[in-house]
Amino acid sequence: MSAAPLLALDRVSKRFGGLQAVNNLSFAIQPGEILGLIGPNGAGKSTLFNLINGVFAPNTGRIMFDGIDITGAKPFAVARHGLARTHQIVQPLTNMTVFENCTVGACFGKDNKPLAAAREAAEAAIVLTGLDDRRDMLALHLTIAGKKRLELARALAAEPKLLLLDEVLAGLNPTEVEHMIGVIRKIRDSGVTILIIEHLMQVIMNLSDRIVVLNYGEKLAEGVPADVARDPQVIEAYLGDPKLAAELEGQA
Amino acid sequence: MLRRPFFWIIALVIAAFAGLPAIGNDVELRESLVLACVYITLASNLNLMLGYAGYINFGSIVFFGLGGYICVWLIYSHDWPLVWSLLAAGAGVSGLALVFGLGILRLRGAFFALSTIGIVEGVQAFAENFTPWGGSSGIYISPQVFLPLGGSARALWVIYFALVATMGASLYLSYFVKTSKFGLGLLAIGQNEDAAAILGVPTPRYKALAYSASAFLPAIAGGLYFFKSAFIQPSDAFDLTLSTEAIVICMLGGQGTVTGVALGAFLYEQLRGYLLTSSTFANFQLTIAGVLLLLIVLFFPAGLMGFIYSRVPAAKKVLE
Amino acid sequence: MAETILEIEALETGYGEVQVLWGLSLKARRGELTAIVGANGAGKTTTLRAVAGTIAPWRGRVLFENDDVTHLPTHQKAERGFALVPEGRQLFSSMSVGENLELGAFTKRTGRTYAERLDEIFTLFPRLKERQRQLAGTLSGGEQQMVAIARGLMSDPDILIIDELSLGLAPVIVYQLLATLKQLKAQGLTILLVEQNVHLALAVSDYAYVIAEGKIFTEGLPKELAAKPEIRKAYLGL
Repeated sequence: MSAAPLLALDRVSKRFGGLQAVNNLSFAIQPGEILGLIGPNGAGKSTLFNLINGVFAPNTGRIMFDGIDITGAKPFAVARHGLARTHQIVQPLTNMTVFENCTVGACFGKDNKPLAAAREAAEAAIVLTGLDDRRDMLALHLTIAGKKRLELARALAAEPKLLLLDEVLAGLNPTEVEHMIGVIRKIRDSGVTILIIEHLMQVIMNLSDRIVVLNYGEKLAEGVPADVARDPQVIEAYLGDPKLAAELEGQA
Repeated sequence: MLRRPFFWIIALVIAAFAGLPAIGNDVELRESLVLACVYITLASNLNLMLGYAGYINFGSIVFFGLGGYICVWLIYSHDWPLVWSLLAAGAGVSGLALVFGLGILRLRGAFFALSTIGIVEGVQAFAENFTPWGGSSGIYISPQVFLPLGGSARALWVIYFALVATMGASLYLSYFVKTSKFGLGLLAIGQNEDAAAILGVPTPRYKALAYSASAFLPAIAGGLYFFKSAFIQPSDAFDLTLSTEAIVICMLGGQGTVTGVALGAFLYEQLRGYLLTSSTFANFQLTIAGVLLLLIVLFFPAGLMGFIYSRVPAAKKVLE
Repeated sequence: MAETILEIEALETGYGEVQVLWGLSLKARRGELTAIVGANGAGKTTTLRAVAGTIAPWRGRVLFENDDVTHLPTHQKAERGFALVPEGRQLFSSMSVGENLELGAFTKRTGRTYAERLDEIFTLFPRLKERQRQLAGTLSGGEQQMVAIARGLMSDPDILIIDELSLGLAPVIVYQLLATLKQLKAQGLTILLVEQNVHLALAVSDYAYVIAEGKIFTEGLPKELAAKPEIRKAYLGL
């Protein structure tokens, strides 16, 4: 693991009023890997994404992307550096077609492509995600599965170095999930590094090269999926404190 | 670009505007088309903010009025020739729009709309108290200024052609912007500003540019219009009625489309003409405009072009 | 094996366009405490909401005492004998404890008079009797959970459905509440409990279901489940 990390978080913290959403978090993503981010609800995963792509600025800490300090940079600037993101609640440009949505993504990514080149990149992304049959459909007419694919295609069209996937599988039926997993693998094979949040544990544990576990905004564990799944602290975070039950037996 | 049919459609419209009154030396037609030119200029430029970026500028009149003041004042006080006064007006108002825009474009939705009205009120108050601009009495320029243009009658034709050119430039501007990368970014902002920013659209810069660009041609139109009247006063120059009508025209024709604005302006002018001459409705012109706006927003948000596109989908390939 | 009082058959539902449950089936037996566990987002609360009628089931059936109650409106479910203690209590915080309890007995179902029922509740929860006039929003977390359960009990239900018992409560309170529930179970009340803490759920239940990805992943007697790696797999995927 001697290559420089593509994304590195150094002691990042974020507070909202009385709530410490992310606390002193540090980890790094190597180029070409799929890093899965898991943790019980409210662990701070979406907040972390928002910190990385500039929706919020952290209170402390630094975020380095491809050697550049992007701490506190605005979302459009972060996108210009080559970082793209999908949202848990999809955000299509509703009155534009699938093709137009992807063209916007392609235009304003790291290469700042002119319109003609952007259209080509958009086309490529549409084919990769399997949306070519709905190319000219208005985004608002797509099904939820279609909208999720559009979210992904649009992010891909920017040809990012790092792709942040936020619950891209939520609400999809098993067939659609299978298809998306295939797409995600193809994306990684094309050289894009992926940071993924996903509730479908079977999927994320099998898809990711490494896992980072968050709990109450702090890093609980980090490692390969098989190790993380057997880490007692991780198990306790998800299944609850076993001592609670033991004491109950004692009381009975 | 020159291969696109729409480019030539616009050219045709410009030619019609210029040619029809000229051919028969039809002064009456010319005068009615003057208003159409102004409407189309104002509405096309407004479209950049309203139809593309989704920011409703209620105070677009300020560009028109301020442009008028700068132009007239330069001619009256400093004897500048018309062309330079117009360009100075355009540049000056655009520059001011950029400065103001950077401030108010941080606001969204209704707050932005209200702040644009605030700007109009503020500038009007300024004009009413600024003595070099004649305060609330305004500025009268003597008909002498028409001499360099070949006398009053000829001057009116020159001004008219200049207005047609301004209108043409406005139509081309909104067309080129719409088909450019800049326009794509604006449209994305209009759909979902936060998503657009996350996709990399430099939203603050683009909005400020659109706002500033949407000021240039209306300022020149204002300069021409008030020069033609040889008189400008605050209550005419900053009458919110005209900006409201520009919004109605945009919405009526189909916001975000170039064709729609021209159609909307035409329809609105006909409607207005009818209302003004009808004894029942003469005083209700603005009320009718308001009701029309309400109906459009509620039932036909895509305007006339929306209706046309739903009936003739092929039209989308040709028209913008 | 006691008779089945509540049965969910191949339930599918979700919110708007997003489907959450993909064919979920389970049974609750009379007089038993049936536990439902699973990771967040797996569909536990959605299942309870569909049973209560807060959200409409898209496909599948909910049977109560062999009657199809799938699309029965929520308020009628209360008449039928369902009581739901929702996640996060959801008390009427600006009303008193007494008023909250009164609202629990809104149905015509209470066979015995309201006053008698209230007495029974106060015997079970003496702390609430002391605080009957106190505003519900000013109580501690544990006391609020008491009110929520008591409110559910006021309608003299056949089945008490509890969404998240231990969330945010001190262990001492949790044990007290569980002891009370045990008492009620002995008196014939059927309980369906969604619980975050798996170990707790297995310790108190007679039968348990593990939900993952909107379906039942595994089920069984608590002692059997505790010994298998299945639960860990349901939560952690591996």
